[in-house]
Amino acid sequence: MATTAPAPSRTKPATASRRGAGRRRSPYPGWFYLPAALVYAVLFLVPTLLSFYFSMTRWTIFDSEFTGLDNFVQFFREPALTKGFVNTFIYAFVTSGAKVVLGLALGMLLTSQIVGRGYLRAVVFFPVLVSTVGVGITFQVLMHPSRGAINAALAFIGTDGPRWLVDPQLALLSVAMVDVWKGVGLATLIYMAGIVSIPKEYYEAARVDGAGSWTLFRNVIFPLSWPATSTVITLSLIGGLRSFDLIWAMTRGGPGFTSDVIASVIYKQYQAGFYGLSTAGNVILFIAVTAIVLPLTRFLARKEVEL
Amino acid sequence: MSSLTTPARRRTAPARSTAAPAAARVGGTRAALYRYGVGTLAILVSVVVFIVPFLFIVLTAVMDAEQASEFRFALPREFQAWQNLVEVVQTRDYLLVIAFINSTTLTVASVALLVVFGSMVAFVLQRRATRFNALINFLVLAGLIMPPAVVPTIWVLQRMGMFGTMPGLILVEVAFGLSFTILLFRAFISTIPRELDEAAVLDGAGPLRLFFRVILPLLRPVLVTVVLVQSVAVFNDFQTPLYFLPGDAGATVQLTLFNFQSQDLTTYNLLFMDILLITIPMLVLYLFFNRQIVAGMTSGAVKG
Repeated sequence: MATTAPAPSRTKPATASRRGAGRRRSPYPGWFYLPAALVYAVLFLVPTLLSFYFSMTRWTIFDSEFTGLDNFVQFFREPALTKGFVNTFIYAFVTSGAKVVLGLALGMLLTSQIVGRGYLRAVVFFPVLVSTVGVGITFQVLMHPSRGAINAALAFIGTDGPRWLVDPQLALLSVAMVDVWKGVGLATLIYMAGIVSIPKEYYEAARVDGAGSWTLFRNVIFPLSWPATSTVITLSLIGGLRSFDLIWAMTRGGPGFTSDVIASVIYKQYQAGFYGLSTAGNVILFIAVTAIVLPLTRFLARKEVEL
Repeated sequence: MSSLTTPARRRTAPARSTAAPAAARVGGTRAALYRYGVGTLAILVSVVVFIVPFLFIVLTAVMDAEQASEFRFALPREFQAWQNLVEVVQTRDYLLVIAFINSTTLTVASVALLVVFGSMVAFVLQRRATRFNALINFLVLAGLIMPPAVVPTIWVLQRMGMFGTMPGLILVEVAFGLSFTILLFRAFISTIPRELDEAAVLDGAGPLRLFFRVILPLLRPVLVTVVLVQSVAVFNDFQTPLYFLPGDAGATVQLTLFNFQSQDLTTYNLLFMDILLITIPMLVLYLFFNRQIVAGMTSGAVKG
């Protein structure tokens, strides 16, 4: 019934009224798309398309003047902006790499038989739910170079801690560390789901074949939890490339502009009233995300089939 | 005895052997060593890495201003939780209260719209195959991956007279959150047999009735998940309100954190009390719904 109902409307689009009647009888009406499509089109699709035009203008919110590729030239000529571009990739790759390694390790640990497993799962995951800005401010205080608790603890065991967020070389990586601290719970969760879903026969077969723990990991756990790996990589890359909240809360791109990323450059230019330049930053981010994530997902999917 | 222990051992095998080679043969003592040794170690590390920062928030939140500005991980010299709480709430004419009202409005409204709009799309998208499906799927993925174009969105909102208003911000949150919602719903709807639709249609149910009376109630598990995951995302969102709802009147709780920071002298005890207050709703949510949150985040992420 359900499959035949829409058929008449497709084969006999004779009169408008009959077509209408056919549609009404279809249990899956097309207008169900409408509310979502409207919001999505007006507030996501249209702005995205507009951004390509506005990125090529000198733009105050009231009028815009076409300037061609000037904004993009400026973006790659000013060291402050270029730094943000490079940092975006460093940040995204460092955080997603760390989340894969730590997530996999924690995932294996927390699916094994250890005491306090429930507590450990809860405690690793909880930061995911906490306000990013709150976490940022907390670690800003903990990482204070002279008074912070982290360096106090390091001094206690006899080493001098680095200057964390105040060190231009280290500021970005310090923020990335906190990002991993906050986000590793989700990666762990995804890995736990992946590892638990591996059929037990594989372990038994491996054990019968006399596989050691490394072989087991290399040939059973890692390849069979590949969907989890691919999810973690994709999610954390997408998140990392557009990351803003944590960086803004912890350093505002400083010291100087050493920990700026594209998202913070966009905000700074917006605040300064350079809307065209800000939008150019958006387009660059858009292109960067497309150029990395699309081939990557394809690669990961192909790898999944091979494994 | 053996029949009782084999399934258990089978379950523990992978983990145990990753930690201790050939543990499967050696059996009991090694397993116990792993179970307690590694477990204890993990608990100790977790206390330092995860518990200490949270304790630090709580301790600093109840200190007096002078001690809080020392940044030490220490017991408060003077326990003044209540005084700090009152002071935080009263700062700048009860801004925090307004912010909690704003955040609640924003979260409830946008999650409600997300659930209704997203589930409707997911239902039709999963059930009806047309030549547009590929395009729609592409748009859903694009919404998940692509960073939103901020200033042009502001421009569009301004044209509609909705920039800097709560309804405008709500719609923006809906637009940004739709993709993930649709993916979560779609994965779940594919597990509901079509025969059910057919039965409902045979009984004379129209599309609205079929969806809202038959399908939607069946979506309850994933509904809970979507509500929780999106509530956390919207409530904790900092960037979107920062752009789309500037000004004190529309401040959300995340933005209040900068009240105690931007002044010349940061009052750290109040700042951390604010962090604590903002974290409590999420903690409560997690305590009550941790199973659903965990289940939803993984199933959606892996299938999606």
